[in-house]
Amino acid sequence: MKIKVFVTPKRNVLDPQGVAVGHALESLGLAGLKGARVGKVIELEVEGADTPLFRSQLDKLCRDLLSNPVIEDYHYEILGS
Amino acid sequence: MNIAVLQFPGSNCDQDAFQLFASGLGLPTRFVWHKETGLGEADLVVVPGGFAYGDYLRCGAIARFSPVMGAVREYAEKGGLVLGICNGFQILCEAGMLPGALIRNSSLEYRCLTCDLVVEDAGAAFNPRTLGKRIRLPIGHGEGNYRIDEAGKARLEANHQILLRYLDNPNGSLDGIAGVRNEAGNVFGMMPHPDRAFERFHPSTDGLAVARAVLSVRFPEVIRKTA
Repeated sequence: MKIKVFVTPKRNVLDPQGVAVGHALESLGLAGLKGARVGKVIELEVEGADTPLFRSQLDKLCRDLLSNPVIEDYHYEILGS
Repeated sequence: MNIAVLQFPGSNCDQDAFQLFASGLGLPTRFVWHKETGLGEADLVVVPGGFAYGDYLRCGAIARFSPVMGAVREYAEKGGLVLGICNGFQILCEAGMLPGALIRNSSLEYRCLTCDLVVEDAGAAFNPRTLGKRIRLPIGHGEGNYRIDEAGKARLEANHQILLRYLDNPNGSLDGIAGVRNEAGNVFGMMPHPDRAFERFHPSTDGLAVARAVLSVRFPEVIRKTA
């Protein structure tokens, strides 16, 4: 199965990259911009089935390694096997 | 006295940290490679600056899981002294051994300059009485912007865990926080470099006093001898 993990800066954490990207978008003519946040996408390919046990393992890996819960949120999509 | 300086692939201030303790303070110092699973006898573990594992994913995120960090965690839980400098500070935060996290500088620039730092009262050894009210140390980092939530900041303040604040905030850190310690008082982390401030050709020699302060938490006699 293919998994996409999305890691984004927490809403209440300053995102200097997002601010800079927002300014650039405005200078390129984007009107009405209310916010820009920069995160990352991590794509995984894993052999096996999407089970509750697998999800709990994936959640732990997201918390321990792929994101830093102090400053980031994560969510993931599991795409068909 | 035995100082252990960790080395990760991508460490680049390991030699500086080694020299601070070996030549600056004249103390027996050795390196410990990141693949080691034990530290041996150590009175202080230094996690040096650099770009461990290329800073991939987040600064310190991968280094945190290297074999030696298991030993460092165990050592710290038993009360052993740990000092993280720059990337070492980031690694200790990622490992959860220090509170908070370090994100991209608000300027988005890598900042390399000598900073005036206000010494906070962080307990018996690390305070303005032993270090003076102000010290000067170099910084060199792109991700030194210290972040912690409101509850975490309140705990830092209540427990006197803030070590240093920037006089002119170079990176956007919350309340200018440049260094913190853990609640127990045996794990220290800071973005400024005491390891680049001890030789006559350095911009200051205040790094010596910082190194002494960290050690004198546990070893007042040894430090008196090196003063």
